[in-house]
Amino acid sequence: MNLHEYQAKSLLAEYNLPLLPSQYVTSPDAAKEEAQRLGGDCWVAKVQTYCGGRGKAGGVKVLNNPEDVRQFAQHWLGKRLVSAQTDAVGLPVHTLLIEKCALIERELYLGAVIDRTSHSIVFMASNEGGVDIETVAAQSPEKIIHVALDPFLGVLPYQGRQIASYLGFKGEQAQQMTNIVVQLANLFIAKDLSLLEINPLALTAEGQLICLDAKMNIDDNALYRQPELRAMYDKTQVDERESIAEENHLSYVPLDGNIGCIVNGAGLAMGTMDIIQSYGGMPANFLDVGGTATEERVSQAFKLILSDDQVKTVLVNIFGGIVRCDLIAMGIINAIKDIGLTIPVVVRLEGNHAKEAQDMLAASGYNITTADDLGRAARMAVEKSQTHEER
Amino acid sequence: MSILVDHRTKVICQGFTGKQGTFHSQQALEYGTKLVGGVTPNKGGQEHLNLPVFNTVAEAVAETGATVSVIYVPAFFGKDSILEAANAGIELIVCITEGIPVLDMLAVKHYCAFKGVRLIGPNCPGIITPDECKIGIMPGDIHLSGSVGVISRSGTLTYEAVKQTTDAGYGQSTCVGIGGDPIPGSSFIDMLELFEKDQQTKAIVMIGEIGGSAEEMAAEYIHHHIHKPVVAYIAGMTAPQGKRMGHAGAIIAGGKGTAGEKLKALQSAGVKTVRNLTDIGTALADIADWTAD
Repeated sequence: MNLHEYQAKSLLAEYNLPLLPSQYVTSPDAAKEEAQRLGGDCWVAKVQTYCGGRGKAGGVKVLNNPEDVRQFAQHWLGKRLVSAQTDAVGLPVHTLLIEKCALIERELYLGAVIDRTSHSIVFMASNEGGVDIETVAAQSPEKIIHVALDPFLGVLPYQGRQIASYLGFKGEQAQQMTNIVVQLANLFIAKDLSLLEINPLALTAEGQLICLDAKMNIDDNALYRQPELRAMYDKTQVDERESIAEENHLSYVPLDGNIGCIVNGAGLAMGTMDIIQSYGGMPANFLDVGGTATEERVSQAFKLILSDDQVKTVLVNIFGGIVRCDLIAMGIINAIKDIGLTIPVVVRLEGNHAKEAQDMLAASGYNITTADDLGRAARMAVEKSQTHEER
Repeated sequence: MSILVDHRTKVICQGFTGKQGTFHSQQALEYGTKLVGGVTPNKGGQEHLNLPVFNTVAEAVAETGATVSVIYVPAFFGKDSILEAANAGIELIVCITEGIPVLDMLAVKHYCAFKGVRLIGPNCPGIITPDECKIGIMPGDIHLSGSVGVISRSGTLTYEAVKQTTDAGYGQSTCVGIGGDPIPGSSFIDMLELFEKDQQTKAIVMIGEIGGSAEEMAAEYIHHHIHKPVVAYIAGMTAPQGKRMGHAGAIIAGGKGTAGEKLKALQSAGVKTVRNLTDIGTALADIADWTAD
């Protein structure tokens, strides 16, 4: 799960991390009032969306009087932001963060991830701040320091000093830097984060280190023990079908093609997408109904897929195994009964009672073709998607 | 021979009396697995599926002499259950449970290594040595005792590959699902090492997917240490960047962890790779320099 910048900064504040005074707003008038309340003569207004690339898309602006802040908010609120990281539709803007400006002397990068190779939380820091850290990592890896936390001990102050020293800080600033690393590590662990980025971490003209931007991802598997973070979830930032899928415990990722896929198991679902493309077709989605497919899940999946107008053919690939295929067939038929069917469906069921399942689908009277082999099923789905397209 | 488990392996089940635990324990017993009891706190002393129920893993181990535990508890008990088994003298823990928080797994992974306990999973289908021992949620009837060792990060995709090796007549020595989480208890390399030493295993099928660099590390290991033929398939050739594809670990992040990179690494290690998952069986047949018997 993602957090908005303003939500991430509220967590930073909870852990006493240094921030510029800021306030989130949801109306143009509030934007102006908050700018006045924050004081000074310079503010940064930032649209709050789940995507990156907000600056380049015009969603971040430095403004010099409260009326301009109001107008900027007026311009964006209710609109959608399209950035390099969104699709063509973009994400809706309903909140802005108004932050007081500061004179910045230096920008640094500080981040933490779960490293899958060392099996630990790894902090990364670099003097190359404000830019894409992946580019730095690829082009000049020597410009990044990596510090791994011990899984049993957590963070130790010397690790903060290590990072401070690498970045060239001395005295008071080294102390500030050490505190920042220690507090961020504590936050990372307490809040079950899977990614944390302070990019940039800024050094102001007054010699203060400040977390200027903040990006956080939370481990979805840990949300059950983070109720206050779960409450921050912003459904509007997620594709409508993705959000319906989530409520029904289906893993769903929309794609650009026209063949709707319903598969049990994540690996097999990816494999099914791959095979469709190898035969010249384009999958409309990734959808995993769960390894142990149930009649109900398959039925929900069908409804979800058929609500996508792009879909011209549906391919169902269930490797039943322990699951009885005739029950799955029943789920398919029931779903179609409920919502109707105007496009062809190809079904491949493998496992117990597969023959009975095929007979049931054939006798259903709907436009359903069955195949017992995945290769053949995928080829048929691709053919049908193409002939349907030409019509 | 086989790896990890055979007909002598004594197994207990944690989460024994739950819905999942009950169903899959029944299936395991029908398959012939030597399941000797189970653990459910506060239900010690009862009988379930004609087997004894214990309050703790330590009691179960003391009474039954089990060396393997299979775990079907809900995700929020996952860490506690694995660590209980690791401290009770269990040698091999197979955790089927999906959805354990990744920070829990960091501690679990290092603790199991520290205790010298092998962990398979979590979020995996389990292990099967055909005709001898089935531990997990895979369907038994698609398996055939034979010569191919199977290692996979996936569940149903593994069944697909297994069925192909059965249909081709090769059968399997042992199949291990290492799971789809970012921090798995065991890696491809751990299993490759065992299959290389196992006499029954004549060839290895490895099924990876996008995300992380486990396949690249396995490729490096295969290049230096594996002399048996390896066929590999990587799921997610067409997966988009930055989207989690069902499994917690299946995500291309910052351009890293693509199927293309993994295939390239495996190919340069001499692994026969297939791009279409229905070609796994025929790829084994295409390798000239091995025999199944």
